[in-house]
Amino acid sequence: MPTINLNKNVFEKLVGKKLTLDKLKDRISMLGTDLESIEGNEIIVEVFPNRPDMLSEQGFARAFSSFIGVEKGLRNYTVKKNNKYVVKIEDAVKKVRPYTACAIVKGLKLDDEKINGIIQIQEKLHVSFGRNRKKLAIGIYPLEEIKLPITYTAKKPKSFKFLPLEGKKEMDGLQILSQHPTGREYGHLLENSSMFPLFIDSDGAILSMPPIINSEKTGKISGKTKDVFIECSGFELKELNQCLNIIVTALADMGGDIHEMELQYGKKKIITPDLSVVEKELDVDYINKILGLNLKEKKMGELLEKMGYGIKAKKVLIPAYRTDILHQIDLAEDVAIAYGYENFKAEIPNVATIGGEDNFEVFKSRVADILVGLGLIETMSYHLINEDVHNKKMCCDMDLVKLENPLTNDYSVLRAWIVPSLMQVLSENTNREYPQNIFEIGSVFKLDGKKETGVRESIRVGVVLCGSNVDFTSTKQVFDALMRALNVEYNMRETKHDSFIAGRVARVGVDGKNIAYVGEIKPEVLGEFEVNVPVVGFEINLSELFKLI
Amino acid sequence: MDIKSLVAKLSPLERKVLPLLSKFNSFDDLVDNSGLKEIEVMRALQWLENKKILVLKEELEEVVLLGKNGKDYVKKGLPEKRFLCAIKGDKLNLGEIGAKEELSKEELNICIGVLKGKAAINLSKDNGLIVSITDNGKKLLEKESLEELFLKKSFPIVLKELKDEEKFAFDNLSKRKDIVISDVVKTRSVEVTKLGKEALKKKISVGDVLDKLTPSMLKTGKWKGKKFRAYDVEINVPKINRGKRHFVNQAVKSARKIWMDMGFQEMTGDMVQSSFWNFDALFTAQDHPVRDLHDTFFIGNPANAKLPDLGLVEKIKKTHETGWTTGSDGWGYKWVEEDSKKNVLRTHTTCLSAQTIAKLKKEDMPAKFFALGKCFRNETLDWSHLFEFNQTEGIVIDPNANFSHLIGYLKEFFKKMGYEKARFRPAYFPYTEPSLEIDVFHPVRKEWVELGGAGIFRPEVVKPLLGIDVPVLAWGPGFDRIILEFFKINDIRELYKNDLKQLRGMKEWMK
Repeated sequence: MPTINLNKNVFEKLVGKKLTLDKLKDRISMLGTDLESIEGNEIIVEVFPNRPDMLSEQGFARAFSSFIGVEKGLRNYTVKKNNKYVVKIEDAVKKVRPYTACAIVKGLKLDDEKINGIIQIQEKLHVSFGRNRKKLAIGIYPLEEIKLPITYTAKKPKSFKFLPLEGKKEMDGLQILSQHPTGREYGHLLENSSMFPLFIDSDGAILSMPPIINSEKTGKISGKTKDVFIECSGFELKELNQCLNIIVTALADMGGDIHEMELQYGKKKIITPDLSVVEKELDVDYINKILGLNLKEKKMGELLEKMGYGIKAKKVLIPAYRTDILHQIDLAEDVAIAYGYENFKAEIPNVATIGGEDNFEVFKSRVADILVGLGLIETMSYHLINEDVHNKKMCCDMDLVKLENPLTNDYSVLRAWIVPSLMQVLSENTNREYPQNIFEIGSVFKLDGKKETGVRESIRVGVVLCGSNVDFTSTKQVFDALMRALNVEYNMRETKHDSFIAGRVARVGVDGKNIAYVGEIKPEVLGEFEVNVPVVGFEINLSELFKLI
Repeated sequence: MDIKSLVAKLSPLERKVLPLLSKFNSFDDLVDNSGLKEIEVMRALQWLENKKILVLKEELEEVVLLGKNGKDYVKKGLPEKRFLCAIKGDKLNLGEIGAKEELSKEELNICIGVLKGKAAINLSKDNGLIVSITDNGKKLLEKESLEELFLKKSFPIVLKELKDEEKFAFDNLSKRKDIVISDVVKTRSVEVTKLGKEALKKKISVGDVLDKLTPSMLKTGKWKGKKFRAYDVEINVPKINRGKRHFVNQAVKSARKIWMDMGFQEMTGDMVQSSFWNFDALFTAQDHPVRDLHDTFFIGNPANAKLPDLGLVEKIKKTHETGWTTGSDGWGYKWVEEDSKKNVLRTHTTCLSAQTIAKLKKEDMPAKFFALGKCFRNETLDWSHLFEFNQTEGIVIDPNANFSHLIGYLKEFFKKMGYEKARFRPAYFPYTEPSLEIDVFHPVRKEWVELGGAGIFRPEVVKPLLGIDVPVLAWGPGFDRIILEFFKINDIRELYKNDLKQLRGMKEWMK
């Protein structure tokens, strides 16, 4: 989850009130953010992904200030009108990155503090709201260096050149992707495009190549910058507007004036940013019912004001930077936060329901208890296993369910039977006391086109006995004891299995169904696992057996 | 204890070993002369030591052993000797010498070095290196070198007992490959105490008391009128192992009981799930980071699942896109069916809750369910992270449920888990609103510990599955942390290490 850094002095000034450290800690976490650390002047907080509007010092302070009651209710931001700031969007971008939302903010008087703040907003929004620039990317430029109007277009990557931020020489589009560090990091986002998107000013100077990088000349804000041009580019106009709103309101809180721009999508003209509020009916009964409260409309309105909303008649006015209000239930949560989670009563309703274990789980437990009674120790292995351990070392070749993105080869497939896991346990315990008689109950996974997922999962029990005196009789004895305890009649007949010694492995049938193997592991397998003590064992498909009894 | 009763309590093994102590004090000698196995002698000595009859001593000693080449040379002779033998009568080139005496190239080179140093050979170049023996060499052939004498000794030899010339020979040989090796070995000896010396004076016989009571004695009545040897009942006995369940499953069993006590019914289900059930049915946006490759394990084969009946799929699709009839705006994007088909290893047991709600009949409400099972996250294994972990999950489907009930259930649940105090903070999960994070007060560490998330399922989750919008309270704390705390384990990897020593020694779950 994204974190942001707050400068305590700046933060307190923005909030308009100083709190003691304990109070500050408490209020931050009860607002629905997580305090990571406070060290000296630096506060680090974690912001949940549904609140990108809190990913800046300004946005965070705005929410916090309302929450502690300093400045409650809807904040008003004015967007200055004009008709001269124009961005032309050419058709060429349709196939690469079809939309942009833009704004100008003036009078910022940037210093290092503010520049860091702007960089933080941009970075955090890129990562979270922008999904690492996949969904949207943001550019912020010094207006003084740019000649309006601006054109948003796309060109063949080798047909243009510019000096990228922190670059040493002018490069074309492909060179940026292959040579510039930022290009290499985000290059995959343009991989399949024959045209690369560009913002160009009316002098033909390239401002940036989104979502990768700005130009060094026209795309770098500094201490001399007063006015900035901001663009968000991406695929959904709604999200671009939201993102732009989050940025311009933060910059306005920094002391800037927001100016609108006219976006010319061919003949269609759009004005951004659009900071008009969204109105939603306040359903007092619904919210009271779901929260178990009995608040009057007025009180609920006051609580919502603590969360930065405006109230007009029976309507809630949702600020344009809030992106997370999809449903009345989202307002309910904000009412609960303002009310204070710590103030809710704990109540257990008098509802009669009957508890119960799953019958199969009870059966599993019984099997385990019987084996424990026979002196066996239960182990627990991962379901993910190394393909070589499962197949090659067991001298088998089974079709396995495989991961698309395994962490390592050691955990790349799902096991199709339990004995390989048990052999692995034996091989890791050769320095431990013998005999080692162990069992494991767990899921195994097989390919099966008839299942919804294409995978048939069943629960099995695997048992191995490892000691200098074990033989086929020992394992058959344990198997037989288990079957007798479960009152199951079975028959055994010789079979073949690549992991067992030929002539010392049996298939077990119950009511004509094959439900188990019993046998002695062959020395080739023991050699692969470096176990120098004989091993016998069995494996039962408990899911199948359960159906039969 | 007086000497008499001490002697009376001696076991047959002790009776055999004790008399030997008047002649021998090294462990090896005792083994050789007792006719017993090593382990039997050791056991007898330990018992005697417990009775303060003797003191066992262990000394670490540096000893010299023969290496692989050393053993070979003991049989065949040192290479330099064989080299000299080969050229005794005739000048030969190196190849011929090697062939005649089976010497490797490396050995030949060493021989030349050694023998030149002793002026035992002459070298001349004539169509290859030709070697001839000198008078010195002939003398060397007649007598045995220090090194040869050294190799004739019987190994192992205690290093500090070497005489000067033996030390010299050892130093020379140890410079060469694998002839002699020095090693540290344990030598055990026995020192008889004053009490022991007195005991030795007593007559110790093997057969005057009965040892083990046997079935045949009982049948024949031979035990009558005889004395049984008294045992040392305080003595430590070898530990035996019992069968037991894995400690994680012991904990799982107790958590199950808590759920059942609270009137919850168990739900179970598969670990391989479609993204549809794991994410889409839980209103998790298709571009949510949790659906990335680096967060979730996707199945490569079989990669895709079949979706459930079309009606449900259509409802979920519309809910994501526009909110359907849930009163929500939805995510406002185009829902992609292909993405929801992707198979994953379930990232939470919450997918089972979704399936349960989808199957629930309205007349069965209110209903409460729980699940306890393994879930998966694409996370590198380290001391605090596992890619497979246990989650426990509960849902309450009740038209009259509310947020206060959620807090009530949670407090009760964690109290039963052993945490008296719990507090709740706002949190965020895609499928619950309001959401909260649960902290419990750790009674020993005296601090708040985060134990998991909870909330009320969003209408966007419940309505498409159940057909109506009913509050569903849900919570799903991770379970491994509670297990770690109980067993005082710091490294989470220890949970599934399957070290038999650890499993055998683990205490029982008592909660």
